[in-house]
Formats: sequence, structure tokens, C-alpha cells
Amino acid sequence: MSNQILVIIEHLKGNIEDISFEMLGKAREISGSAGAELVALLMGSGVDGMVGQLGIADKVIYVDDTNLAEFNPQAYCKTVSEVVANNQPKMVMIGNTSMGMDIAGGVSVDQNMPFIAYVSGISGDGNTITSSLYGGKMNVDSALSGDGCIVSVIAGSFKADAGRVDGSPNVENASAPDLSGLSIHFKQLIEPEGGDVDITTQEILVSVGRGIQSDENLPMAEELASKLGGAVSCSRPIVDSKWLAKTRQVGKSGLKVKPKLYLTLGISGAPEHIEGMKDADLIIAVNTDPNAPIFDYAHYGVVQDIFDIIPALTDKL
Amino acid sequence: METREIFRNFPLFLEIAFYIIAFASIAVFVYGFYRRYKKYRKGRDAERFNHLMARFSKAAAIMAKNSTIFKRDKYAGFAHWLIFWGFIALLIGTTIVALDHDLLRFMNIHILRGNFYLVFSLVLDIFGILFIIGLIMMMLRRSSKPEQLDYTRADKSKTIDRSAYSTDDNIFMWLLLLIALSGFIIEGARIAADRPAWELWSPVGVGIANLIDMVGLNGSTDTIHIYIWWFHAVLVMFFIAYIPFSKGMHMLVDYANLMFKDEMAAIKLPGVSEERQKVSMGYQKIEDFTWKELLDFDACTKCGRCHVACPAQNAGTPLSPRDLILDLRTYVNDSSIGVAEWFEQKNTNGKEQKVIAGGAISKETLWSCTTCMACIEACPVGVEHLTSIVNLRRTMVDDGDMEDMLMDTLANIGDYGNSFGQSERMRAKWTKDLDFKIKDVRKEEAEFLWFVGDYASYDARIQGLSRKVATIFKKMGVDYGILYESERNSGNDVRRVGEEGLYEMLVEDNIAAFEDASFKEIFTTDPHSYNTIKNEYPDFGGNYPIYHYTGLLLKLFKEGKLKFNKKLDYKITYHDPCYLGRYNGEVDAPRQLLEAMGVTLVDMPRCKENSFCCGAGGGRIWMDDSKMEIRPSEIRIEEALNIGGGVDHFIVACPKDYAMFTDAVKTSGNEGKMQVKDIIELVDEAMG
Amino acid sequence: MNILVPIKQVPDLVEELEINASGTDLDREWLKMKLSEFDDHALEEALLIKDDQGANVTAIALASDDIDKALFAAAAKGADKLIKITGVEGSSTHEAAKAMANVIKSMDYDMVLTGVQAVDDRDGQLAVLLAHYLGVPHISVVTGVQASGGSVTVQKEYGGGMVAEFEASTPIVLGIQAARETPRYVPVAKVRRAMRGSTIDEVDAGDLGVSAGSTVSKMYKPDSGGGAEMIDGSAEDQASKIMEILTQKGIK
Repeated sequence: MSNQILVIIEHLKGNIEDISFEMLGKAREISGSAGAELVALLMGSGVDGMVGQLGIADKVIYVDDTNLAEFNPQAYCKTVSEVVANNQPKMVMIGNTSMGMDIAGGVSVDQNMPFIAYVSGISGDGNTITSSLYGGKMNVDSALSGDGCIVSVIAGSFKADAGRVDGSPNVENASAPDLSGLSIHFKQLIEPEGGDVDITTQEILVSVGRGIQSDENLPMAEELASKLGGAVSCSRPIVDSKWLAKTRQVGKSGLKVKPKLYLTLGISGAPEHIEGMKDADLIIAVNTDPNAPIFDYAHYGVVQDIFDIIPALTDKL
Repeated sequence: METREIFRNFPLFLEIAFYIIAFASIAVFVYGFYRRYKKYRKGRDAERFNHLMARFSKAAAIMAKNSTIFKRDKYAGFAHWLIFWGFIALLIGTTIVALDHDLLRFMNIHILRGNFYLVFSLVLDIFGILFIIGLIMMMLRRSSKPEQLDYTRADKSKTIDRSAYSTDDNIFMWLLLLIALSGFIIEGARIAADRPAWELWSPVGVGIANLIDMVGLNGSTDTIHIYIWWFHAVLVMFFIAYIPFSKGMHMLVDYANLMFKDEMAAIKLPGVSEERQKVSMGYQKIEDFTWKELLDFDACTKCGRCHVACPAQNAGTPLSPRDLILDLRTYVNDSSIGVAEWFEQKNTNGKEQKVIAGGAISKETLWSCTTCMACIEACPVGVEHLTSIVNLRRTMVDDGDMEDMLMDTLANIGDYGNSFGQSERMRAKWTKDLDFKIKDVRKEEAEFLWFVGDYASYDARIQGLSRKVATIFKKMGVDYGILYESERNSGNDVRRVGEEGLYEMLVEDNIAAFEDASFKEIFTTDPHSYNTIKNEYPDFGGNYPIYHYTGLLLKLFKEGKLKFNKKLDYKITYHDPCYLGRYNGEVDAPRQLLEAMGVTLVDMPRCKENSFCCGAGGGRIWMDDSKMEIRPSEIRIEEALNIGGGVDHFIVACPKDYAMFTDAVKTSGNEGKMQVKDIIELVDEAMG
Repeated sequence: MNILVPIKQVPDLVEELEINASGTDLDREWLKMKLSEFDDHALEEALLIKDDQGANVTAIALASDDIDKALFAAAAKGADKLIKITGVEGSSTHEAAKAMANVIKSMDYDMVLTGVQAVDDRDGQLAVLLAHYLGVPHISVVTGVQASGGSVTVQKEYGGGMVAEFEASTPIVLGIQAARETPRYVPVAKVRRAMRGSTIDEVDAGDLGVSAGSTVSKMYKPDSGGGAEMIDGSAEDQASKIMEILTQKGIK
């Protein structure tokens, strides 16, 4: 076991995802107090240009291989596993994201390392690892019983800015493991349908959840949004019911937004949704259930029938 | 000697010809109905042969009085009554003539003589004229194109041709009219020729005879007589043969349908036998229908009463009970057990429907029903539309073929025992805001079990009303308790949505909870729960006396336990809940209660057993109604607002009505014009 | 085609969750369990593939209190075979995955479809762990599956609505995020019939020899994070207050 914290860098279409910076920032904090080496693992094909953004790391292990050009569950998992085997870090940090979920557990099995998922908090000394379970209703602190550990971190748990440092870290070029004979092949990336509205650039969002009950009630919300000078976004169930396009979805599998005003109508506040909007400047939540988790994250809460609030507000605008 | 000659001036061969034609047409008549009877036999058993004598006389009484046609349509009732009794009289008259001539004559008995003959002539002339008046009244009515007789389909289908219906209507009407007129002409011709001394006993005949004289046809009376006689005879013989192959069949089919009516149809739904469950909970093929249902499909006379009464039809959905029955008739006749009838609607795009639920009858049509029973109540001929709808819904549920919102609700009811998807432990949370604790009948005995129901427990608006009910009953000293978390959805609407398995589970759970608890009687504010506990739970071994709370309140008022200290001078209208008024006949208690409070009650045009549904029943409140042109509840609010002189309150006695109408007042833009209140709120105010 | 669908029950989040006396787990006495939402989707996707092109669907679960009902419900929906694995003491996902792998490795299968995650997966998701114990490839966060012959085309969801499409050969383990349609409703009557008519095969888990590598030291409710400042009153009052706040913050 080496005194190393390994952070797996996640990137898509030439951009490093925020989660990577969040983990780097936290890892710097932990490595600082533990005197450990902060190592970032960057995999891809011809992405050495990204190294400059990883200035906060002590070292960057860079694996360049054409098989890693696009994310591939099999190829990436195998690569991470080998790097872990060669470096024996005492902690591996991976995002609890779509890409991360294909890697973390696999490395845990292959390298026989403990694995803690849904991590929402790590103490500064790295010894207390907190996971958010049961839809965000319970926090669980884990005590390790094996050597080293892999933690998968929920996006939005730490501050990304803390990890965004440009610089020229040491680069160790490592070669990929044998990636011939893969049985999974990347075919294509499918962009979401041309959204009329980019909710990530809106300053004001009126977000609807299950409480809106029917697509017939959307015009009401749209009118309110337009009077406020913003747009309508939504939680996952609305997209599943096909009432709004996927491009309007806020949340873990949707978009992350940081508007000046995020007004929720009938959204309960599941963790996956919170992940997408908790950084908004002003969050006002309206829901008929006083126990809705959204009230834990909102700045102001209104327990009321949304069909009474919407007209009352619209009239005043 | 007062009599007349039968077959006057007939050569023998003509008499024989007549009898041959007569027998032939009667044979066709018999064959026509026999064919129909064979079709019904292909259906499943239905236990409708109990109390045969009572059934027979009850149907006969309805028929004699035409009471079901008079109901809410005096004009049509009267016109049909004239036609009916005219036809019967003339039929009896002709039968007497036949009996006299073909049988009694050979026994040397002659009844068509003397005074009897005179009275006979007069009676038939009078009934003949009444018959014609009735027919003309009906013709006028039809030509004024009343809404009821508009055959336009509720589903606005462009590929179904209903012109044969109108052709059938017209042939029937004109045939009868021509028969009657020609009959009088024969009489007139005979009288003009013979001028018997007693001619005035046939006043109409005399009138026509004088007319014949006036136009100078006196010399040809014998010719007129025999030709018109044959014209009349051919029409009549044709008519007799035609009856089973036209809407004329209603004369026999509808009597049978009324006789085999189930008074508890829709109120107490049939279960599904173990045998049938192995295949499906619902109907998959024609032979799954009971013979009574097959009879129902034929009984429909397209009168349109169910069509105009139906809230789903009024809301612009594709459901019309009339269309449903006629479509099922068509489907049966197109199938292997039926025979295509010429007077059917025709599907011009020729696609054959293999499946009933979702095919011959569209899913949207079946799901649109609110199970309010207005169709059965309005139908003058005993059709039981609702039972067939539920049976077809069972098929769709069996296949898991439902919209998402309904699936989620049923899954919630299965998982949590309530349609709100909230924890069962939260069922009694509404009681926390009371300043006293309601008895737990699982632990302590009480005289009454208050079966609260889902909406009264979990809906924020209604919880307030529940607390009022709790407080008021406590004030009156009523000894009651609730089941807390052990109460489950009563299942009334689950059954009517077609999830029979889930219904059985709920009933079992509720009965188990009832058995474990200690109480004597039940009361509830929910007419839906009232209906199923009262009428259907006994089939599952649960026999509990149950009140709707308005009935109990009235009882307590009469006993002096409920005192009204304040007179409320409101002008109100009262909305009869479907499951209380129409289903269970309870329309008086709420009115007596309201009267005792001093309010001025002005009923809406559609009230009591003819109340117009709020649209929530039959699981509709668990389904998406965004496609409706206008909601039934909004239609109802408009009806209330149109009451002459206006009313300030719209009073309800059902939690779902309260929810639907408070919403409708807002969504129809009528906020502030009329207040929706539950009757308990008035009781509260009147108690002072 | 043979499809295996591992399923499990998780605490129902509709209920209020309480912590047990030792503070390391939920108080399970009054806990209501229900089928994990994502496993429901995995089963639905398997059944849709069966409806489309024919397949043999097996539902597998570790033995637990309520699990029989969930397995019978799967049969009522269309699963052809039901397997219950006994002999697993611990509750970590690693142990569950190893137990499944022990039983599955001797079975003939093309795909294993299971929910992408569950609300109590502290030590990781079943799909990826199972795949690695079995030594077969795996893809998670799957929203679309098209199977034919010996290969599958899979749509994997990234954030922001982006979807990556992969082609893979079978056997493969897929972590299902969403079936192509809402999971079907199964009428109570059918479940009851399944309870009477279907059988659940019981198989022993065998040796596990794995562990999560960590234990719960403490379970606690998250800080309400200060929580929202609640605005009371009628809808009118509340709307007015909201306007005040918006003006104050310079938003409107």
C-alpha cells in the first residue's frame, strides 16, 4: 500500500467533468493532512492537453491508447485496475457517475479492495467516509476493514473550484494494458434532441415535478416562467412521461443548473434531482407535503397547493 | 242482427290464399324469434329465473303503464302509451275475430254479435284513432330532431354508417300508420256499402263512409273494400313477418328484458368463478357474455335516453352507453353466433375486429365510464350497460392494459391500501389536530365504527371536513371509533375499474379488520364505501349494518340528539351523490336534514335519482382527464349556476364530490359565484 | 435466448425511516420492503425482449422475508423460472454478488439484466460486482437494449441527456436504468394464481469468501442543512411574500 490518493479523471467531448475537480480538491485536502501523494489518472487518446488543468495534482499518470479514445466500460475498467495494481494507492476516488459506476465496483473485485459508494462526505483526515443512502434520507459512516479503499463520490458533494488549478504537474506516461480482444465496442454518441431552450444558461427556472399532475397544466407553469423572464425545467418523472424533452431535465441524469432563481412546483426533492440544482442562488420550493426533502435544500419553503400559488404569483407579475 | 261478415265478398280461393299467407308470415315471425332465442342460448348462464311470478307481473305492470317511458318524458310516454294500447286493442280485436271465425264458429258459438259486437266496434274505433294520434305525435317528435334521437356517434367515427337505423325507424312508423289508415278505409268502405243501422257504433268508419260518399266513390265501395282489404292484409302479414327482423322485435324482446332485469345490476357486481379465472377475469369472446347481456344488446331501441344522461358523453369522450350497446350488438351479429341484420350500422372500412375490449369497443371508450349508473336508471327497457363495461374493463386490467396513472394508483392501493400512495401508518394522521382522541375500535368497543375512507383520510382539503365530522359526532355524544391504520380502501372503485383480484384482497383485509374490532354498526361519509360495504361485502361474508352519515344525522336529529340552534337562511342546491341517491335510493334524508336547518333548497333540473355525476367515479379520478372538452363537474356547476334566481351554496355529501366541485368552480372561472360546502359544514353552522 | 434477472427488495422510502438501537442500521421492525425500482425496470426490459423475440426469463433473488411474493409477482408478469438462493448471511452487495455468481456461473445465459443501483447499495452496485465475479463484461446505466443472435446493442446514459451507444457480445451483465416502457402492472388475481401455480427453486449459495471491506460505524439522519424558511398563510399571502423576496434579491 503506497501513500497515494488516486483520482480518476472523467472527461467527455474534450471537457473534464466537474466531478473530477471536486475530487481533486477534496483529495488535496486529505493528502495534505496525511502527507500523501495526490495522483490523477488521465486516460484517453491524444488528451495530453488536459494535463495543464490538473495542476493541483502532484503527479498525473497519463495512459494514451486508441482504445481509450472514447469511454469504454471494459477498456477503462481494465486500465484503472492495472494502474491500481501497479501503484497500490491507499484511496482511489472515482465519480459516482455513469462512467464511474462502470469502473469502481469492477476494480474493487479485481483488486480485492473495499469499496464505498454514494460518498457525500469525507473528513479532512480521510478517515471518516460518509455515504448518502435511502434516497438521501440516511447518512452512513463506514469503517474500513481491509487494505485501501475505493470511494465513488456523488457529484456536487464537494466544491469543484477547490480542485480547479492550472499548472504543470509531473506526468508519468503509462502504457495501457492489453486492450485487444475487447467484447464491448463504442459505436456512437447520441446528442439529445435539439432543445429549444438551454436551461443551463437561464437565470430563472420554474421547475415542475410530479405535482403538476398532467401535461395540460404545463402552460400555466410556462406562463409563470415567461412572466418571471425565465424558462420551465423539470424533474425526471416529467421527462419519463414524455411531457417535456430531456433537455429540460434537471438532475443527475439530466443537466446541472445554477440559476439566480430556482422555483420548484410539486418536486419532492429526490437526491438525484438535488444534485442538479443545489447550487442555485435562491431556491424557493412549493409542495403540499411539509415533509418533502426539497425543503431541506430550499432557502424558502411554501406548503401549498401549486394550483393556488401559480395563479396567485402570475397575477402579481 | 249486429255483426259483420268476415271475408265479405271473398271467393273461396281468396280466403284460402289469405290463410296460406297468414300462416307463412306467422311461420316467419316464429322463425325470426327462434333464431334470436338460439343466439341468446349461446351466452353464459345468468341466474335470472328466480321469483318468476314476481318478475312476470312486475314487467307486465311496467308494460301496461309504460311507466319507464313516461319517466321524465311525458310527451313520449303518452304517445307511446297510445300506440301501445292501440296496438294491443287492435291485436286483441283481430284475435277475437279470428277465434270467432276460425274456431268458435264450428262449435256454433258466435261472440261477434249483438251488444258485444257494438261495444267491440266502438272500442276498436276509439283505440284505432288513439293509435294513429300516438303515431303522429311520435312522427312530429322525430321530425323536430330532439337530441335523444340524434344518432351521431359519441366517438365521432366517420367510417360507421348508421343510415339503416333511420330506414328501419321510418319503415316501422309508416307501416303501422298505413296499416291503421287502411284499416279505417276498409271499415269506411264497408259501411258506405252496407250502411247498417248500428253504423254509429263505428264513428270513424262512418266518417270515412261519408267522405267516400262525398267524393262520389259510392258505387265502387265493394271494389275499394276488397282492394284495400288486401292492401291492408299484405301490409299486416308483411309486418308480422317483419317484426323479428326489425326494431319491431322490441315488442317481445323488451318485455323479456324487463322481466329478466336484475334490480341490483351494477349495485352488486358479479364475481368471477374459479373456472373462468383460469382463463381470464374478463370477457375475451362472445360466449363469455351472459344470455341476459346478449338480450340487452338486442333490447336497445335507440331511444337515446342513456346517451343524453351519460356524463362521459356530455364531456365529449367517445363513450355513449347507447353506442356501446349497439356496437356490441353489431359485434355479436357479425360473429359466429349471430346473424347479420339488415338494419345494423355498417363499418365502411371493413376491418374485422377480433377482440372485444380494445378492439370492437375502444379502450378509451371503456375507460371513460364513471360508473354513475345514469344509463341503467334512464333505460326504459332494462338494459344493464354498466355490467358489460366492468366485465370488459376486467379484460383490460387482466392484460395490464391501462394508462400509467391508473397502474400507479392500483399498485399504490395494493402496496399501501390507499390510492394516495402514502404510508398506511399515515391514515389517521388527520386526527392529530383534534383536541381529543378518537376511540380505536381495535382496542376498545364502540357503538359505531366510522369507516373514514381514503379521501377523507389523506386529502388535505377533506381532512378538515373529517375533523368537523369527528367533533360534531363527539358533541352529540355518539359513541364511535375508527380503525386507524387497519382500514383499507373499501374497494368500490377498484372493483368498478376492473381489478377484481385486488378488490377481493381489500375486502378480505377490511372484513378481517372488522371482525377483529368491536362495534355494532358502521357509518361513513363516503357513498362509494357505503355502497360496497352495504351491497357487496355480504357476498364475502361481511354483513354489517351501515349508514351514510346523512342518514345517521337525520336519525340523531329525530331523536333530539342533534339540535339546530341557528336557522341558516341560505339559498342552496343539493347535489345527490351517484352512489347514495341513484345507487341506494337515499335522496330524502339529506333533504330532510337541510330543511330542518332552515335553508331554501332549490333542486337542479337533474336531481335525486337523475343526478348528474361529478365524473370522479369508476376510477376516473385516478385517470388523466386532460383530453376532455369539458369536465362533468364543470357541466354540473354550470347547471347549478343556471338555477333561476341563483343559489349561493352548492351542497355535497361525498368527499370526492367536494374535491371535484371545489376544483370545478375554479377551473370553470366561477370562483366567488357560489360556495361549495359539505353538508357537515352547514350542520356545524346550524348547531351554533 | 436466456435472460437472468437478479432482483431484490429494499426498504420502501414512502415510510418514515427510523434508526435501530445500536445506531448502525435501520430499525427493521416496522420497515416495509418493496421491489427495488430499478430491478422492476430490469425485469420489464427482459419481459419486453421476451414479448418481442421470445426468451426464457429467470428471476433470481437471495432468500429474505418477503422475497417469495416478489418472485411470484415476477412469474405473474411472465418470468418462466424462479430461483431463490439460500445460505447467505451477510447483507453486503459483494456477498450477494458472489452468491449470485456462484449460482449463475453454471447456468446457460445470454444476458443478466438487473437494476443499475439500489437505495441501500453502500458497498457498490450489484451489476458491476456480479459481472466481475463472473468474469464477463458489463455496462451500467442502460436505457436501451437491442438483442439479436450473440450480440447486443446498448444505449448508456451519461448526464445532460447524452447517450453513448455500444455494441457488445454476449454473455454480458447490464445495469438497467430504465426499461423502454413503464413496468407493467400485474393484477392481483394473476399474482395469486402464480402463488398457487408456480414453484421457486431453492439453491444454496455455496462458499462466498468475499466481503464488502467495510462496515457501518454509524447511521444518522442528515442535517436538514438549516432547512428552508417556511412561508405561511394563504396562497395570496405566500405569493405576496415571494414577490417581496424576489424584489429584495433584485430578481424581479
